Parts: sequence; structure tokens; C-alpha cells
Amino acid sequence: MNSSTPSSSAGGPGSADPTGPRRSSKRPKYSRFTQQELPACKPILTPKWVISTFLLISFIFIPIGLASLFASRDVVEIVHGYETDCIPEGSRNDKVGFIQSSLDKTCNRTLRVPKEMKQPIYVYYELDNFYQNHRRYVRSRSDHQLRSPTSEHNIGDCGPEGATSNRTHIVPCGLIAWSLFNDTYGFTRNNQQLNINKRDISWKSDRDRKFGRNVYPKNFQNGMLIGGGRLNSSIPLSEQEDLIVWMRTAALPNFRKLYGKIEVDLQAGEIINVTLQNNYNTYSFKGKKKLVLSTTSWLGGKNSFLGIAYLTVGGMSFFLAMVFVVIYLIKPRQLGDPSYLSWNRNPGGR
Amino acid sequence: MDSNSQIEMNENSCKVPDFTLNTSSGRSISSFQSKTSGGHSIKEVGFTELGSKPVRHGSTGADSEVFSSSYREINEDDARLVYVNDPEKTNEKFEIAGNSIRTGKYSILTFLPRNLFEQFHRLAYIYFLVIAILNQLPQLAVFGRGASLLPLSFVLVVTAIKDAYEDYRRHRSDKIENNRSAWVLVNQQFQQKKWKDISVGEIVKVSGNESLPCDMVLLSTSETTGVAYIQTTNLDGESNLKTRYAKQETQMRNLEDEEKISWLIKCEKPNRNIYGFQANINIDGKQISLGPSNIILRGCELKNTDWALGVAVYAGRETKAMLNNSGAPSKRSRLETRMNREIFFLSIFLVTLCAVVSFCHGVWLRKHEDELDMMQFYRRKDYSEGEVENYEYYGWGMEILFVFLMSIIVFQIMIPISLYISMELVRVGQAYFMIRDNQMFDESSNSRFQCRSLNINEDLGQIKYVFSDKTGTLTENKMEFQCASIGGLDYSNGKAITDNEQAEYSVQAKEMVLRPKMKVKVDQELLTLSKSKNSDKGRQVHDFFVALAACNTIVPLTVETSDPAIKLIEYQGESPDEQALVYAAAAYGFMLIERTSGHIVVEIQGERQRFNVLGLHEFDSDRKRMSVILGCPDKTVKVFVKGADTSMLSVINKSLNLNMVKSTEAHLHSYSSKGLRTLLIGNRELNTSEFGQWQSSYELASTALMGRVALLRKVANNIEKNINLLGASGIEDKLQQGVPEAIFSLRTAGIKVWILTGDKQETAISIGYSSKLLTNTMSQIVINNNSKDSCRKSLEDALVLCKKLSTDSDGEASQLALIIDGASLVYILDTELEEQLFVLSSKCSVVLCCRVAPLQKAGIVALIKNRTDDMTLAIGDGANDVSMIQRADVGIGISGQEGRQAVMASDFAMGQFRFLVPLLFVHGHWNYQRMSYMILYNFYRNAVFVLILFWYVLFTSFTLTTAITDWSSVLYSVIYTAIPTVIVGVLDKDLSRTTLLKYPQLYGAGQRQESYNGKLFCVTIMDTLWQSIAAFTVPLLAYWGSNVDTSSLGDLWTLAVVIMVNIHLAMDVTRWYWITHAAIWGSTIATFLCVMVIDTLPTLPGHWAFFHIASTKLFWVCLLGITVGALVPRFVVKCFVQYYRPNDIQVAREAEKFGNLRDSQDEPQGMNPIFYPPRR
Repeated sequence: MNSSTPSSSAGGPGSADPTGPRRSSKRPKYSRFTQQELPACKPILTPKWVISTFLLISFIFIPIGLASLFASRDVVEIVHGYETDCIPEGSRNDKVGFIQSSLDKTCNRTLRVPKEMKQPIYVYYELDNFYQNHRRYVRSRSDHQLRSPTSEHNIGDCGPEGATSNRTHIVPCGLIAWSLFNDTYGFTRNNQQLNINKRDISWKSDRDRKFGRNVYPKNFQNGMLIGGGRLNSSIPLSEQEDLIVWMRTAALPNFRKLYGKIEVDLQAGEIINVTLQNNYNTYSFKGKKKLVLSTTSWLGGKNSFLGIAYLTVGGMSFFLAMVFVVIYLIKPRQLGDPSYLSWNRNPGGR
Repeated sequence: MDSNSQIEMNENSCKVPDFTLNTSSGRSISSFQSKTSGGHSIKEVGFTELGSKPVRHGSTGADSEVFSSSYREINEDDARLVYVNDPEKTNEKFEIAGNSIRTGKYSILTFLPRNLFEQFHRLAYIYFLVIAILNQLPQLAVFGRGASLLPLSFVLVVTAIKDAYEDYRRHRSDKIENNRSAWVLVNQQFQQKKWKDISVGEIVKVSGNESLPCDMVLLSTSETTGVAYIQTTNLDGESNLKTRYAKQETQMRNLEDEEKISWLIKCEKPNRNIYGFQANINIDGKQISLGPSNIILRGCELKNTDWALGVAVYAGRETKAMLNNSGAPSKRSRLETRMNREIFFLSIFLVTLCAVVSFCHGVWLRKHEDELDMMQFYRRKDYSEGEVENYEYYGWGMEILFVFLMSIIVFQIMIPISLYISMELVRVGQAYFMIRDNQMFDESSNSRFQCRSLNINEDLGQIKYVFSDKTGTLTENKMEFQCASIGGLDYSNGKAITDNEQAEYSVQAKEMVLRPKMKVKVDQELLTLSKSKNSDKGRQVHDFFVALAACNTIVPLTVETSDPAIKLIEYQGESPDEQALVYAAAAYGFMLIERTSGHIVVEIQGERQRFNVLGLHEFDSDRKRMSVILGCPDKTVKVFVKGADTSMLSVINKSLNLNMVKSTEAHLHSYSSKGLRTLLIGNRELNTSEFGQWQSSYELASTALMGRVALLRKVANNIEKNINLLGASGIEDKLQQGVPEAIFSLRTAGIKVWILTGDKQETAISIGYSSKLLTNTMSQIVINNNSKDSCRKSLEDALVLCKKLSTDSDGEASQLALIIDGASLVYILDTELEEQLFVLSSKCSVVLCCRVAPLQKAGIVALIKNRTDDMTLAIGDGANDVSMIQRADVGIGISGQEGRQAVMASDFAMGQFRFLVPLLFVHGHWNYQRMSYMILYNFYRNAVFVLILFWYVLFTSFTLTTAITDWSSVLYSVIYTAIPTVIVGVLDKDLSRTTLLKYPQLYGAGQRQESYNGKLFCVTIMDTLWQSIAAFTVPLLAYWGSNVDTSSLGDLWTLAVVIMVNIHLAMDVTRWYWITHAAIWGSTIATFLCVMVIDTLPTLPGHWAFFHIASTKLFWVCLLGITVGALVPRFVVKCFVQYYRPNDIQVAREAEKFGNLRDSQDEPQGMNPIFYPPRR
């Protein structure tokens, strides 16, 4: 114990026995913790630290930024919007009417490959203005039902697509499943069929654990209003990969979903014919549809935002490092100089 | 005008005719508690209610409610009638409580409803509840049921368990208390009865060392004189023995033998005044009055007495101990008040966000009105039923309303409810450290620092005014007799007697040596004089010391020592001044040996003499003196008076010996300018007729039922006149250790120190000098007036002088000291002059108020508190400081010699005045810095999360979908980020103790509210906005138009925001302990783990999302980008500010690190030596 019993100023005869019986002293037991004297590191922003922090940031960020920019530049992407072009000229005044009719929706488009595309080439469909994150929409599903046949009756939030009008359950229920995207694409190159691999386009975890192997579609798309694609009721949900992909609801109103993969290289300048079935109704909410063929990089698709952002931050940091160097050179301040204390700076004033 | 009448006017002006807080030990005048032969009464302390009832003060005009019922004379309607030994008759009307007590709040049945009811008294919980209820409505169900109820139920359950445990312990102790047994007289025989079965009117027998089961009027005791000693430690903490008396009339009777006794006690209704009791007993037709010295209270213990018989008058919850059983008053800290204002802004912000969302949603619905039926993601029409109807669509207006309510649910944590809980935890931690601080442990009284109120820790860092009592606070309140002036001659050459001389003042008694416990310095000349009996001088000295030995309420107790032949005499009493005087008398050979209610025995120079105590006029604050009428061994009757100089000089017969009076006055003046407490002592012989006259009126007065106090005062005033002056005594009250240094530090820190004392002006000034409060360079302004007009004039003059001084001396303004006395304050407080006094005092750096009454102390505190925003602290140790302590923002009690009333009323209690320095500069500073940072950080932490949710809502067609899972939203402020704030709030130290003590000016940061103010709040909110935008937009743009799903993006945002707020915190931590590291990085890791666990649940839509997104590089690049991009602006600003406009704390911290300050190593430092920083 380091009891520094202060006894200098006034120890008079009155204080008879200050060091009297110590048997039951309540003095708190000394420990570095209770006295708040634990060993500690006390970092201070010295000029050295500040400048090296900024330099460090710029040295990390600029290379990453450049790398992302290059990655994004190397991604080859063909985006083709078709929501208007695939409506016959005569029906363009009543697009909704056309899409709801039973007319033939086949539509042929041609795409030109601008640059060589290495396989795998991902085929996406892109929807715009489709709020897959709308509260009514995201709630309208039953994960229990998707997993196991015993939970078939569990249609909790699925309305208005929970049960059919004769009160039998719909599997898979809910608006999400009901609105399954059902445009189809076929690709030919030089009159040769290009194979689209539609296996493994969904998450393995979803196939294994989220969508049951023994859950089969029931009463699906039997209602008054057809929302989208139908499902083959003899295939279990775990193998309905388009549905699985669709039911991973997109985060943003402008989203892509994987349609399939082309597993051959495409050469620059090649012409690709697309035969598509324009079935899906995006016209009722003025949504756009696009077909996207894209290669991929280590950073994903074509998006230069991160590269620019990283370069900006890195550049700014380098600039700030320089600014601080200049400041410290021009106007140095000795750290911890007591003359900077407020009561030393302006004498007289308290 | 003499001071006596001034005081009276003071009281009139305060409209408290009968209520004066009597100094419990007396200030300059010492207290003269006394027992009267007829109506023994102990001290009379107006007991300001300790509870939360607002007490009004001198300056605000006390209302009639203040003087508690005990001071009203008993009138027939208000009386309680107790038929002695006839409990049936007593309890006939069922108005009287039984003796069983119940401190437990709940029973098993009532626990749930009552506990919930009490918990929901807090606004925060109601907010929680309303949100949770809203969420249960199907239309508004934003979160899952479980997730929405979790936080509220968690808090409720934890609190309920805590309450239940406490209540269980209370029940258990109640049970133990109630089942203790006592001996009760039933059918002429004492039988054992459980405490809970005792009822009022029963006669109870208590043996030595037993505690008392209820409040009882003493009937008889084992001592023939009817005396009983009790210890009141449990009641008021005072450990000295108090004497209580049974009436002679009842003492004589043997209750067991008498068939039927028909005594009737008429007493006041139960009240909480533990120092007052008024009653009378009718014994066979004879009225006898009963006072506070006749009652023994529950909770006390009987000591040094074999047995005592009493009749129960108050039982169970009506006992004074139980009525006083209320907690400390609750205060709210300044910081919390300010915080509530900011929370109000935040709620406006919250409502704005919600309004924006609902407005946009309304617009969106209007715009898409035609499409809603068909739209795949809206599908208004429901075809599943027979007829087509709207599905969960309640019309445009209702939808907007629902969106508004839902957005409140989603954005609820904008109001940081968890902050209240964190604050409580942090305060507990801070209190723990304050209590455990070795440097605030008082060795001499073996007492630790006490935190009695947990709500105002951080106020300690913002104090601007310190109001200090003097006696016992600045001084030790260990009185020492220093010098005497007897017969106009000064004897002040006291020398401490060495051990071998001790025999001189010990006394031989029955082969036993009696020796006083305390040694006193004696003046040799006086010692020889005191032995010579025959000279004129000798007689005066003799009378002087007889007065000292007799005119008091001291009880001598003999204490065994290791040597069986020697016994020590210990003088027990409530006033340290009286003890000092009696010890002094003993040292000069006038040793008080025995005191009973009827006589005292004094051993005078080896010769035992018996004096009959015929009457005693106790001390009261009007007369400021006490007197005792003694029948001396030589058959004369004398009245001995002692009292304060002002009150004594008016009753002294100056014609007798004018020279002597003159020289005594001169001595008095020199004593008090040495800082001694002075008393005048006089006596007068009464002739038979005078005595007879006095006796009859005294007896009449002391048995009076109406206006007894006033009558007794009148009798006393009649007898205390034409007094023959014997001399004066000077008692020294030593300054406590380290007081001058402490006061110097406080003043260096810019704290204004006011001393409020009951002492004389000269004494106060000399204490002012010795405590370094006053210095020779100061100009003193003394206001000492007796009328309102002169007060006004001197205030105006002083203000003019002030102005002149401040303009005269450029820059080097000489400091001003204001000295004002209680008499002047009478005319100033509560009048329009208050304003002038305030202006004047704010210009003075030191204010000394002398001769102030307790209520005036509170009035002065109120004077400052009502006019400025500055925080006030009052520190005191006695009952007379209670009102001041309760009035100030922070009240500190010194647990000293004067009992525990100040401590009971205080927010913090400690042993020594000098602990104020570490308390304010170290703990107060830390508490304030920690708490302010924590509040700001919590605002930021919650707002940044809410804003990220808000930005996302803008991309969901304003329908309040959250990308972040419900569980993460709920756990965010409970698990993800809760622990680091608390740890940093408890442990972070901006500066070390050494630096803080070395530079008291650093305390100014708290006074200037540097760490929490509107500007900082705004800056924090701007920073929050930027950080939320950065955290939101980086992923938004990076994933724009990609195939990312909601859950993955939500996980990215969750982790980004948690990492961001933790690194934000890490940037601001000034001291990294391993605990800090563990908390910050630990909770970041915990967040990752929680997100993983949530994502392994296959029934949630986000199943496995984290593992998918974390396997892409884009995720990690985003995370890094968010963290750096969000925090760089803050870092830049921080660097610039720290470098260019460093505040004092920053400079000191750098100095601490780089060693520019001498010896800045972190070693524990006491108050001594205080460093004197270079001034100017």
C-alpha cells in the first residue's frame, strides 16, 4: 500500500491519535484498477502520425482504385432494352392489352459483340422500376412452406396469393412467387444454337436448405390474374432455379437477375440472334426490360464507381498529407507547450 | 440596536416565528443544550424535512408549512391519547398503527402490476411500450413480434428481477424485525411478545444493549435517578451516548404491583422530527409535562443501563425512525437537462423524417393510382375471395397514416432510449471509482467517500460556486481550550503538559485514579491561581471554572484502562465546545465527576462538592446563551450563564466593574481575530425572594401545555440579567489539513468560494486569512448594517467602489472580497436589494458571510442559483447546513463530528474538505468529460443507423422496407455497439490525475461546457449526416444495377455501420486499456458472429446471404471504402482543430505525453504538495 498519509501542514495536539487502531480500516484496497491507473496507451495525433496516416490511406487506396477501374474496363457488357421494340408496331398504344392477350409474343433481336468475351458469359435480365423491395411484396412469401411439405398450410403473410378462391393453398404462395419472371431467351450464333446453361444459377444454400426437395408446386398461377411464369408441378422447388433466383428479392428497384450462362467465348464483331418470348408484363407499371450479356471480373460487373471513389479518396489523402506537411513546416507548434494553455495565452483573464 | 433583536427581525422577515434551526453544536456561541430539572429537554433542532418536500428558504419566504407539527403546541384535537397499560382502550378507535413494519413494497400478488406500474413511470419505457404496441397492430407490423418486444421485455425483466430481489431482502429483514421478542407487561407480569404484536399503550421492558421496539415514553429505569443512556447510531449516526430521563413521579412506582394504573399520556400526532416531542402525562390527576428527553425511539439501543420501562406511544410505521426512512432527494444533472433538450430536437428530426417518408409515399401512391391493381409488387386487388376486393388497402389517407406510424417504429432508435440505461451503468461505474479512491479515504474517521445520489456525478465537473460552512467543514471541529480572560486578565500562555506532570490533574478516588481522557494545554499562572482559594482573583477563577464545569449538558463516563488503578473520564456530549470547556476545567482541577438530573458532583482541587441543579435554561438561537441555576454547597443559589459575546454583553451589569468589562472586551477582540471561538461567562447570586419568584414561574412554564417554549424563554430572559461578568474563554477550532491549499486550488480553477458561517465577523475574517481565502492584496468591502436604508447605501457605495477599482487598475484588477453579516442579509434577502447584492458579489472573488442563520444559508445559495446558470455546490457538516445542501445543485456532507444529518441530506459525503479537490478536479472532470462524450456519441450512433435506414427507404417507394434484418436493428443498440460506449464512458481518461491536480485551470473546461454544447451537437449531427450518406451510397452505387439481393446488401450495411461507429469511437479514445481494446474489437467481432448466426436460420429470407456476399471481393472493398471515406472528414477536422486551435485539455495531454511538464509520470499523488502554477 502506498498510503501517502499527508501529514505536513497541520498535525496538532488535538488530533490525538491519527494512526490509531487500524484493525477495521475501511480503506479501499489498492489496486491499479480501482485507482484508475491501469497501464494504457495514449496515442496523440502528432504531425508524424497524421501525415503517415494520410500517406498510408493514399498508398492503399490509389492502387485499389486503379485496379478496380481496370477491372471494370475489362468487363464486356452487352445491354439490350427490348420492352418497346418487342411490341408489334400496331399494339404500342395498348402495351398492357397486348401483353395480356394470347397473341404470339416471340420477338427476334440481334446483338453485336463489341469486344471479345471470354466464357463464362452471364446472361441477365434487367428490370427497371420494379420494386422487389416494396413492403407489400417482400412480406408476401412463406419460407416455411418453401422448405417442407408439412408446412404447406403455412401461408401467413402470403395474401393476396395465399389460397385460391376455393380455399386450397397455393404452393409456392405469395406475390413474389406469383410474379415470377417468364421472358425466355434463345441465342443463335451463325445459325448455330448457343447453349445456355441454366444449372447452378441459384445459390447452393437456397437449393439445399431453403427450397425443399419434396415440395412441389400446387395450384400455382391458377387464379384470375396471372402474375408471371408457371411452374412445372412435377419438379420439386429445389430444382426450379428460376424461381429460386427470382425469390432472392433484389435490393434496389433497378436490378438484374441471372438467367443463365453461355460457356463459350464470343469473338468481337460476331452477331448474335436472340429469340425471345416477351411474356412478362412490365408495362402496367412502366418498367423497362433489358437483356444483358456480361463477362465478369474479380470485382464483379461493369461499374467504375468504386474505382473513381477510391482514386478520389486516395488522391485527397495524398493532397491532405501534403497540406499538413506544409502547415507543419510553415506554422510549427511545439506539442505540449504550456504557453498555449488558455490562462497563459491571455494573462489577466480568467 | 443589539444583535439579539436583529436576529428577531430576521426571523420575522422570514415569517418563521417559531422555527429556527438551532446549531446542533453551536457555532461561535457553542451550544448550551441542557436539561431542566422539571422538563428535561435535549437539543431542539428544527429538522428540515429530509424527504423530497420542497423546503423554502429565508430568501424566498418560508411558508407556514415549514415548521413541522412538533413545534405546534398540542391542542386537544390533534393529540393522541395513550392510556398507559390499557392498550384496548388506547386502540379503541383503530386509528393507531400496530408495531409490525412493512418496508417491502410488494406482495406476491401485487408484484407484477405494481412493479410494472412503477417501471412505466419513466418516460423512456412508455415510449418503448407505445412503439411495441403500435408494432403489434397487423397493419403496422414492421418488425417481427419477438424482435419488437425483445428490448423492452429485456429491460423490464432485468429491472423486475432486481426489484424483486431487493424486495425479498426487505421482506426478510421485516420478518426478522417483526419476530424479535420483547418483554411486555400483561396482567401484572412481564411476558415475551413478538415485536409485531406490541401495541400502543403497552408497557415494555428493555434490557441493556437491546434495541427498542417502538417509540416509548420512559417510565422508569434501573438507575434510581431515572436516567437511561441510549445510543442513536441507527437513527442519526451519532455514536455518543444520550441521556434520557424517566419522570420522578413514574420512576417511584412499581408497576408490577399496582392493580390498575390510570395514567393518560396526551402526545402529539406521529411526526418525523426525531429531536422533538411534546406531551404531558396525567398521573392520578396531576399533569406533568414530557419533552424530547423523556422519549426513547425505535432503532436506538439502550446502553449502560440495566433495564428501562416505557410505554409505547408510537408503533410500527408511525415511529419516528420509520417516518424518517425516506431516500435521498433525487436531483437531475445539468448535463441530463441539456441532453433532454437535444433529445427534443432529435424527436423533431424524427418526426420530420417520418413526415418526409409519408408525404413521398402519398405522392407515389397518387402517381401510380391506376397501376396499383395490377402491379406485380403491389397487387391491390384480391381475387382469392369470391368477389374482388382490395387487399390490405385502406384508402389513400389511411395508407399515409400507416406509413407515418410505421416509420416511427422503424426509426424509433433515433431517440436513444438505450442511452438512459447506458448512463445509469456509467454512473454506477463512476461511483464505484469515486468510492474506491484511496485519496478520498479519510484515515481519521475511517470513512470512505459516499455517493448517495447517483444522478449527478457529472455535475461535479461544472461547479462554479462553492458554498462552504466553516466549523467542521473547513475546521476539524475538534475544539481546544486555548486561553481565558478572567477578571480582566488574559491567561493565554498555555503549554502542553508532558506526561510526568499529568498527575497534577488526576484525581484520587477510592484508591482509584481518575484522569480526563483528553489533555489540555494549561497556563501555569492560571493553574497556580486556581489553587489559591482565598484571594479575590482566586474566587473569580474558582467561579469561572465552576461555571465551565457545571453550565453544560456533558455526561461524564468512566472508561476502564489497561491499568486497573487508573480510570479515564470521558466527557460525552453533543457539543464539542462544551467538551473542550469541561476538559479545560478538569485540567485546572475542576473535574466534573457525576451528573444526574438533580445534581452534579465536581471534584474541586481534590475535594468533592455537590451542586444541586435547580433549573436549566437551555440554549436557543434567540438568546444565544444558556444558564443553569445551582444550589451551591455553601447554601447559596447562583445562576451561571454562558453565551455569545453579543448576547451576553446586553445582560451584563456593566456598572459593577467597567474596567474589567472593557479589558475583557479587548481580549475578546484579540481572541476572535486569532480565529478563536469566544464565549463570555458570568454569574449572579440569587436572593431568596428572587429565587422563589423564578422557581414558581419556571415550574409553571415548564408544565405549560400551550406556548411552553415561549414561556420558558421569557423566564430565562427574566433571570439572565444583571449578570456579573466572570471572564471569557477562547476555544480554537483547528483548520483541517490541506484546507488552504484546497481553497487556493479551487480559486485557481475559477471557482468562487463563499464561506457562510455563524461565527463572528472577526473570527470569520481570520479564518479567511488562515485558509488563504483572503489575501493582503485584496480590498475588502464590509457590509454590516442594521437597517434597510443603510444596507442600500453601502451596497451602492460598494458598487461604485467596484467600478472605480476595475477602471483604475488596467488589467491588474485587484481582487475584491465582500464580507457581509447576517444582520444585513436580513434586509437584503427577499427584497429588491437582492439584485444589487448579486451584482456586487459577482464582481467579488471572495465572499464571506458571517453570523448567518441556517435558512439564510439556503437563501444565499438560492440568490445565486436563481440568477445564473452556474452550478452551485454546498458543503457542510451540521444540521444547520441541511437546507443549504438541499438547495444547491450539488450538496456535499462532511461526515464529521456533528452527527449525520448533513450527510443524510447530501448527494455525496466525504471525510475532509480537501477531498473536494480530487473530487471536483479529478473525478468531476472525468465524469463530465466521459458523460458528455457518451451522450454525443450515443446520439451519433443511433442517428447514423436511422439515417441509413431512411436513405434506403427512399429507394423502396417509401414503404419502410429495411435491408437490415429486424434482429440486427434490434440488436444494434443492445449488443453490437452497447458495450464499448459504456466501457469508454467508465474508463476513458482525457488527462491523468497528476496533471489535473497540477493545473486546476483545466477544470474550466467543464464550467465553460466545452464538452457538451449546442455547437458540438450540431457538428455531431453534420458528421452523422455525412457518415450515413457515405455508408449508404458506397454500396448503393457499387451495387447499382447488379444482381445483389436485399439481405446481402443489408448485411453489408449492418457491418459497415458497426465498424464505422466503433472506429469513430476508437478515434476519440484517449487512453487505450486492454479492456477498451477488448470492448471495441470484441463487439465488432461479436457483430460479425451475430450476423452469421442470423444468416444461418433457413426460415429467414436472408439465409446464407452473409456467406455469399463475404466471399466476393467487392464486399470487402466496399467495407474498407465506407470506413475510410466516412471517417476521413472527421479525422481531418480533428487534426486541424487539435493542431491549430488546441484547447487546454489537448495541450495538457500533449505535455503529459511528451514530458514538458515536470514529473508527469502517472503515479498517485496526494493533495500535498500542491503545485503552484506560475501565476500570470
